[in-house]
Amino acid sequence: MKYLDEYRDPQLAGELIQRLRRRTFSKKQIRLMEICGTHTVAIFRSGLKELLPSQIRLISGPGCPVCVTANEDIDRAIWLSSQPGVIIATFGDLARVPGSSSSLHIERSKGADVRIVYATLDALKIARENPDRQVVFLGIGFETTAPTVAAAIQEAARLGVDNFSVFSAHKLLPPAMRALLEARDVNIDGFICPGHVSIVIGAQSYAEVVEKYRIPCVVTGFEPIDILQGVNSLIDQVESGRAEVENQYRRAVTWQGNVAAQKLIDEIFEPEDCTWRGMGVIPKSGLRFRKAWRKFDAAQRFAMPEIKVCEHPGCKCGEVLRGVLQPTECGLFRKVCSPQDPKGPCMVSSEGTCGAFYRYQK
Amino acid sequence: MGPGLIQLDQGSGGRAMHELIDSLFISAFENPLISERNDAAVFENPGGRLAMTTDSYVIDPIIFPGGDIGSLAVHGTVNDLAMRGAKPLYLTAGFILEEGLFLSDLERVVASMAGAAREAGVQVVAGDTKVVPRGKADKLFINTAGIGIVPEGRHIAGANARPGDLVLINGTIGDHGMAVLCKREGLEFENEIQSDSAALNGLIELMLEAYPGIHVLRDPTRGGVATTLNEIAEQSGVGIRLFEEKLPVRADVSGACELLGLDPLYVANEGKVLVIVPAAGADAVVSAMKSHPLAKSCSIMGEVVSDDPGRVFLRTRIGGSRIVDMLRGEQLPRIC
Ligand code: SF4
Repeated sequence: MKYLDEYRDPQLAGELIQRLRRRTFSKKQIRLMEICGTHTVAIFRSGLKELLPSQIRLISGPGCPVCVTANEDIDRAIWLSSQPGVIIATFGDLARVPGSSSSLHIERSKGADVRIVYATLDALKIARENPDRQVVFLGIGFETTAPTVAAAIQEAARLGVDNFSVFSAHKLLPPAMRALLEARDVNIDGFICPGHVSIVIGAQSYAEVVEKYRIPCVVTGFEPIDILQGVNSLIDQVESGRAEVENQYRRAVTWQGNVAAQKLIDEIFEPEDCTWRGMGVIPKSGLRFRKAWRKFDAAQRFAMPEIKVCEHPGCKCGEVLRGVLQPTECGLFRKVCSPQDPKGPCMVSSEGTCGAFYRYQK
Repeated sequence: MGPGLIQLDQGSGGRAMHELIDSLFISAFENPLISERNDAAVFENPGGRLAMTTDSYVIDPIIFPGGDIGSLAVHGTVNDLAMRGAKPLYLTAGFILEEGLFLSDLERVVASMAGAAREAGVQVVAGDTKVVPRGKADKLFINTAGIGIVPEGRHIAGANARPGDLVLINGTIGDHGMAVLCKREGLEFENEIQSDSAALNGLIELMLEAYPGIHVLRDPTRGGVATTLNEIAEQSGVGIRLFEEKLPVRADVSGACELLGLDPLYVANEGKVLVIVPAAGADAVVSAMKSHPLAKSCSIMGEVVSDDPGRVFLRTRIGGSRIVDMLRGEQLPRIC
């Protein structure tokens, strides 16, 4: 762990903070968006916000996979859990997200077989152990999760596991960044680009955003020093009028990304238009099964009914995910909505902005 | 069903099994009180105040690196008594066995229970066994209850923390929870993470002899250090401030936590004690701790403050500050 300690060094952190504090800013406020929920949590956990000069404002973006999953997809997952003989395998956070009228957690207490797994291959294992049951894995996540799901599907095909399928609600981050910039309802001066996602897609993926919208992008790691270096680079770019892709997280991320993982995704899935919570339909921002693999598609295997969604009327998750509102500006925050009784996914997820505010903000 | 498996009720076979279990327990726990085979153990009243507690153990897997459900069931209950300054004396043990449990597993668990009791200096004086049908329990559940005496003049309770006190811990955080989780999920690291499961009564006697004025002792089990400190902050009506760089966490535990998106502050411990002591007594307590094998890497990791009563804060390495909240719901792994 020596390796990581380097990125937690208080003295270096102090120097990077001082460097920001000493500089003069050409604008009253510079708004940097951390796209990824892991960054949001890392920023809160290190207490970084209060150490930055007041001109720098960090705003949280749409990078929490559970949070951006559309309500109709949650409802579909809940419907799947109610089908006879079905076992739902899912990562934990999702189970507690409220859909229109229930959650997987509630369904489980009523008798649905919902199992929390830590890895996609665990879901496949459950399928092999229960050959007379249908096992549906809920594929929720970004480019980080998609390759592991693709690998599990390939493995299922290789082993001839017929009772395994995936409900694919995967999402792609760069299209969401574009959508945010097109919508123009929030001013963004720079992006703190996600670390884990970039390991797969590579720093190259932000070149288009930089070029088209002239917004600086810095791929950043998750330790305090990483984030402080990322912020320093972004401020340098903003103040000198540059817009480039920089890669602070070079110990993990390359320009090309993980080509093998990209191929794996591409083998099984193809991009499709997809609904995000709070952001509507974003072109080519989701992943659907390619024809050859459709037999593993839960949406094909089960005849899904039309879903009529209803969201908690006061929940402002959509605005929070776009960076338009802070959780504290939602009327339900802390009063009605809390991690024990969440009204929206942003409060449920360990990477959700509302949850992070609730847990860490003084 | 062949021999070597616990059976539900197979006429004489069932009775034979029960006799086997009986003899297994009685010979393992070996003491005059249990050997009497009466309905209840009767012993002299040792005088003074008594402490009593109970806890049930349902851990999965029942055998994990650094311990098993048997040693855990002794350590947990002994520690609960010790946390009130009591000297643990007697335990009871109730077993709920699932039909089909390997007899060898049961033997191992009972032997390790007996070993843990001997080491902790307590006697298991009464017990009970039930067998339930396959699927109605998961292998083996154990309940233990314990009684201890509280020596004159000891007043240790969660409500006693005062501003100016220091917060100590006897060693690294989160070992037990991560050992069990890694075992259960089949996660492998260079070296297997070991549970810290241990009886703390010996250590605590030593600390109380060195400085009888300790205000609070608590074992941060389920919910981890964060949850236990929040309880103390609430009970005592004080604030608690932790220093991130002083939190002792093993590198492999911190790595595993990172991988699973967990925070060691919320991960269970079974051989740790949080000590809240007036600053004047801290040196004496620390040197007592350092002389005991279970507290070699003890650390002064925080302080009790008067502002923000009922809350716990963390001063981060880089000089920021954040809330350390109670554990809400299950702690879940990240997904991206
Ligand atoms: S505080 Fe709760 S209700 Fe408000 S936006 Fe966040 S999750 Fe939704």
